[in-house]
Amino acid sequence: MFEYAPAPESRSVVRLQPAYGLFVGGEFVDPTDGDSFTSINPASEEVLAEVAAGGVGDVDRAVRAARTAYDRVWGPMPGRDRAKYLFRIARLIQERSRELAVLESLDNGKPIKESRDVDLPLVAAHFFYYAGWADKLDHAGFGPNPRPLGVAAQIIPWNFPLLMLAWKIAPALATGNTVVLKPAETTPLTALLFAEICQQADLPAGVVNIVTGAGETGRALVEHHDVDKVAFTGSTEVGRAIARAVAGRDTKLTLELGGKAANIVFDDAPVDQAVEGIVNGIFFNQGHVCCAGSRLLLQESVADQVLASLKRRVAQLRVGDPLDKNSDIGAINSAAQLARISELADAGAAEGAQRWSPPCELPEQGFWFAPTIFTGVTQAHRIAREEIFGPVLSVLTFRTPAEAVEKANNTPYGLSAGVWTEKGSRMLWLAERLRAGVVWANTFNKFDPTSPFGGYQESGYGREGGRHGLEAYLNV
Amino acid sequence: MSERVAVRKTYKLYIGGKFPRSESGRSYLVQSGENSTANVALASRKDARDAVVAARAAGSGWAGATAYNRGQILYRAAEMLEGRREQFVALGITGDEVDAATDRWVWYAGWSDKLPQVRGGVNPVAGPYLNLSTPEPTGVVAVVAPAAPALLGLVSVIAPAIVSGNTVVVAASPTDPLAAVTLAEVLATADLPAGVVNILTGRLQETVPSLAGHRDVNALDLAGVADAELATGLEVKAAENLKRVLRPVPTNHDWYADPGLARMTALLETKTVWHPKGG
Repeated sequence: MFEYAPAPESRSVVRLQPAYGLFVGGEFVDPTDGDSFTSINPASEEVLAEVAAGGVGDVDRAVRAARTAYDRVWGPMPGRDRAKYLFRIARLIQERSRELAVLESLDNGKPIKESRDVDLPLVAAHFFYYAGWADKLDHAGFGPNPRPLGVAAQIIPWNFPLLMLAWKIAPALATGNTVVLKPAETTPLTALLFAEICQQADLPAGVVNIVTGAGETGRALVEHHDVDKVAFTGSTEVGRAIARAVAGRDTKLTLELGGKAANIVFDDAPVDQAVEGIVNGIFFNQGHVCCAGSRLLLQESVADQVLASLKRRVAQLRVGDPLDKNSDIGAINSAAQLARISELADAGAAEGAQRWSPPCELPEQGFWFAPTIFTGVTQAHRIAREEIFGPVLSVLTFRTPAEAVEKANNTPYGLSAGVWTEKGSRMLWLAERLRAGVVWANTFNKFDPTSPFGGYQESGYGREGGRHGLEAYLNV
Repeated sequence: MSERVAVRKTYKLYIGGKFPRSESGRSYLVQSGENSTANVALASRKDARDAVVAARAAGSGWAGATAYNRGQILYRAAEMLEGRREQFVALGITGDEVDAATDRWVWYAGWSDKLPQVRGGVNPVAGPYLNLSTPEPTGVVAVVAPAAPALLGLVSVIAPAIVSGNTVVVAASPTDPLAAVTLAEVLATADLPAGVVNILTGRLQETVPSLAGHRDVNALDLAGVADAELATGLEVKAAENLKRVLRPVPTNHDWYADPGLARMTALLETKTVWHPKGG
């Protein structure tokens, strides 16, 4: 591998406070019945800040602030004015994007080139997209005068902290709802910086409330009697619990949950492009991606050739400091996630699959996992069935297109899938048969605010993004 | 001259295109017109599971049929419904209700090849990609039919589910199941492939919990569940495999009103396909 000099992005653009309160009713406040916890940099285990953990009373206060804002300000406000606030927020995100990107990499562990070039541009674009909808809802195809739901409880994961915030808050606000959002406990900091942006935009108090905390805080939010809508992105297990918790209540629910996507490569696929797509599919964001292409299905006749190219390419990936502009793979987000990835990878080896990683020096501090490829995987192996949520690829083979469909659909999930073939008719035939909400053909892991995203089956329900994404926040 | 002795009908289940008795051998008595009674099949949990198997088996063929073909078959069902008008009237259903049910069926039939255009389309992504969203059927849908109006309510929950390619297992109204069995006869003669619609008669408490908890059912329509506690319990069961749930319809709901798209769209998945553009 080439020797690269270190090329660190400067941290000086981020000014962290030692401690953060909850953002309720337009101000940062101390928790009343909550606690606090620390958020660390997973690449170094350095403490970044102390953050409030909202208790039941704090959640109640935030929901009441959101209700008041909904009744008095945001609900009655004309769409064109809501739009202008959202445009302001979008602009502020663009203006402060470097600061947000650096903070995201610090708190999450993702490489700066991803937070800078993928996350932040998408975050700003998402606010721009939904800002434009705010005064056009009559024309969105849901009949005249669709109404907001009221107060939305939103719980987001740690893999794309700010992007998931944007996916939740932008459509909710555009449609006239107010929100209480709980960021993940390992990645609360960009949400708190976003709260500052709301202040800077003079967004009316209580329209956006951010209550940090862990699972208990989230539970209090979901179970609160005065929320009209629950939106959750995270694990299927928690999604199930939330679906049970809202059963029988007049609460609209959308869930964006786990996945175990098949990435299918046919013998006529352009190998170099497919290899780039496979790498992007599973190693983007350390594989902490619900739609990651974690099951590679290779047509038997080209399996050896594709694998050889894939290993050659993976050996070039640079694992290390997330703030280094040359890093391809950053840190695993938490010790708990690292333990989960390690446990599943060990199970893969124990069940008889062949494990391979390139020679790769990992830093001593922090949480790291070398890119890993398992071959000889069968459909019964845990690594072919369970979501690993890490940089671990399971490789299976197939002979016919029908077998590829069969294997790809052999999962309770159904979030995404990939197809690599130069034959258009075959691509369309497959795309029709794959039971997945997003199908990437000759590409992978592409996102856009206009493009609806969400799963079939146990990957959840509802769509985020595009015109479809409005429906989750309207009484239609 | 003595009056002719009528040939009475045996009311059975409708599973996989056939009309079996309950595997349990049980039946129950319901009023079938002014002066007669009928023994209706009392479906068991096993019947419910068999119906799910039939619905799943029919799924890929029905979903894979062209939208035009599905529309043709559904329109044919409306023709059959119209033709049996008097039979429904003899069950005590008003002529107006039969007409409304027939019109409702025709209305839904026409949606088969329009829904994908209304609900899907090209998304203008910021990059060199073609990006297309299309609605697809959710899969197997378990439906609790509204207790009343017996025929219009039933049609109003079945047609929106199957028009997009879903297949259904319907728990008919326990007190008023004859309209459902007669509708099954309509569907069986309309070229509707076997298993697309399956109808169970009997007690809701017996069949519906096993449908709500069934891992191979994708969605649960609680339209006819009047007991709020039962509905909540069923929704909790449905969470096990994250079924899409349509909550109970209030008993004072006006089934004659314009239904809108909601019952169709609730049983759709949006699939979005990306492909790069390049010379």
